[in-house]
Amino acid sequence: MASVTENELKSMTQEERVKALGMTSEQLTGRSMFMEFDPGETERFEYPWAPKVDFNKRTELDSENMTSTEVNNEIRKLMNEGYGTIVLKNPRGKHSLAVGILSKLNLIIEGSTGYFGVGLIDGPNVRINGRVGWSCGENMMSGTVLIEKNAGSTFGAAIRGGDLVCKGSVGSRTGIDMKGGTIIVGGDTGALSGFMMQRGRMIVCGNAGKNLGDSMYDGTIYVGGSIKSCGVDAVEAELTQVDKDWLKRKLNLYGLLPTKGVDHFTKVVAGKMLWNYDNLEPTEKKLIL
Amino acid sequence: MCGIAGLIHRGKKSTVGSEMTQMLQALKHRGPDSTGYAVYGEAGGGLVMRLKIAEADDMDRGSGIYAELDRRIDAVDVIMEEHGVKVSKKEKVTDYAYRYEYNFTGDLGKLAEHVEEVEGAEILSIGKGLELIKDLGDAAVVSEAYGLKAFQGTHGIGHTRMATESDVDIRSAHPYWAFPYNDVSVVHNGQITNYWIMRRQMEKKGHRFTSNCDSELLAVYTAHNLSLGISLEDSLRQSIEEIDGVFTYLVATKDQLGMAKDTMAAKPLVLYESDKLIAMASEEVAIRAILPEEIDTSDPYDEEVRVWQA
Repeated sequence: MASVTENELKSMTQEERVKALGMTSEQLTGRSMFMEFDPGETERFEYPWAPKVDFNKRTELDSENMTSTEVNNEIRKLMNEGYGTIVLKNPRGKHSLAVGILSKLNLIIEGSTGYFGVGLIDGPNVRINGRVGWSCGENMMSGTVLIEKNAGSTFGAAIRGGDLVCKGSVGSRTGIDMKGGTIIVGGDTGALSGFMMQRGRMIVCGNAGKNLGDSMYDGTIYVGGSIKSCGVDAVEAELTQVDKDWLKRKLNLYGLLPTKGVDHFTKVVAGKMLWNYDNLEPTEKKLIL
Repeated sequence: MCGIAGLIHRGKKSTVGSEMTQMLQALKHRGPDSTGYAVYGEAGGGLVMRLKIAEADDMDRGSGIYAELDRRIDAVDVIMEEHGVKVSKKEKVTDYAYRYEYNFTGDLGKLAEHVEEVEGAEILSIGKGLELIKDLGDAAVVSEAYGLKAFQGTHGIGHTRMATESDVDIRSAHPYWAFPYNDVSVVHNGQITNYWIMRRQMEKKGHRFTSNCDSELLAVYTAHNLSLGISLEDSLRQSIEEIDGVFTYLVATKDQLGMAKDTMAAKPLVLYESDKLIAMASEEVAIRAILPEEIDTSDPYDEEVRVWQA
């Protein structure tokens, strides 16, 4: 290729410059989920393609002889028919139930689910009257998930918003890589909880396992019981009145407020600032509580 | 990503064979290569020996294989007779798997070593209650081939294998018997990263390895500890310190079932406990296969060790 002078390069458009330097310029096309929204807009949590559901329209779905895919497709079908309250019966520990629901819905799961239950959701209110397996509520964007019994490991991995509540105890690595939202645990949590946490808040009413908040970038962890050990970068901080008020409000909401109040909670935060998370795009504000 | 499962009935016998089959069939998606069971019943006072005299794919070798297998099993019988074993029952379960019931009071280790000198022979288990069955295929296929559904017992462990560390063959399938200890078997889900170091240490102490599967180490390690008089619970605790890697494993003895989880809790286990039954499996779906009613289950934490008595 013939050499190009600096002046020639300066006079070129970006596309010409790329070609002249022998690089390929590929125009990427595809559907993007990125959406601008106006903070003044009232109904900004809905996607334009979300089905219009009526919460008073209620139906039951027995999943005993269905596969996970069939159950998820059936939920979508019912939502398109306008059902706003769906009761899912006999989940029997199936994996990946009720994933990817991107609109408002009241979902009641009567029983226990397996791995990746209610992952990638944006908006629905889910109540699970049983136990959930690993990675429940993974990557959830908004909405509420309330679990009556215990939960498995990596509970709320990489969640970005909403409230994920487990009234029982959860396994290890709770809230690993969480980027927003609130995780509330009524009982204990295992090792490496809040690992690589980047934003958001986690409340553990019981005890926390070893290496709590290891390698955390930002965010806050509140622990009501004992902490076996804090991980690298995680340090204890002073519990302020703002924290106490917020804890009371949140725990009261889900009936988990201890009788002795919240003064005994320990607050754990990142010991060093690894990244400035305050320079957020306006569209990203939605992701933060 | 193997699947493990275990259950123990407290103080009563049940159809453990059929329950384990249902649990492992529900875990089929975690490992389609081979399935194994170690179930515990009672064999009428004597010892039960499970033996294989060839690998499953040896059967494709040609027409001479059946004559060869007959020669091998005859050689096994001769050795048993030399040691003064009184065989009360001999059963041909499949083309290459046999089950013996016998009475023997001599040195079991020496007998087992001698039997394994026969080409292709490998003792899967010896015990007063233990029946160890493993073969290629899913849980239902293996259970059907070995007539496990009618088996009555108090407890059992099982495994569906996705081969990552060694070949797809019966010798690398779980459960592993803790040679040469009566009634001890192990199933494991995970990877052991200091396998070769530990294996060399165990080999120096005179233990035998039949495969290159890292899980076999746990069986040998447990056998070694039990031979030193260490309790099962202490052995499980010690293993978390000494064995490196990610693992969850179950050990069953004549009247106990134990579990241990590594320091990272990297491998799953779901646990259900009640006064009558304790069931555990890699996934909840396996427990639900035998207990469809609403129950409370939980996840054991890192470094957790539990032992239950039958």
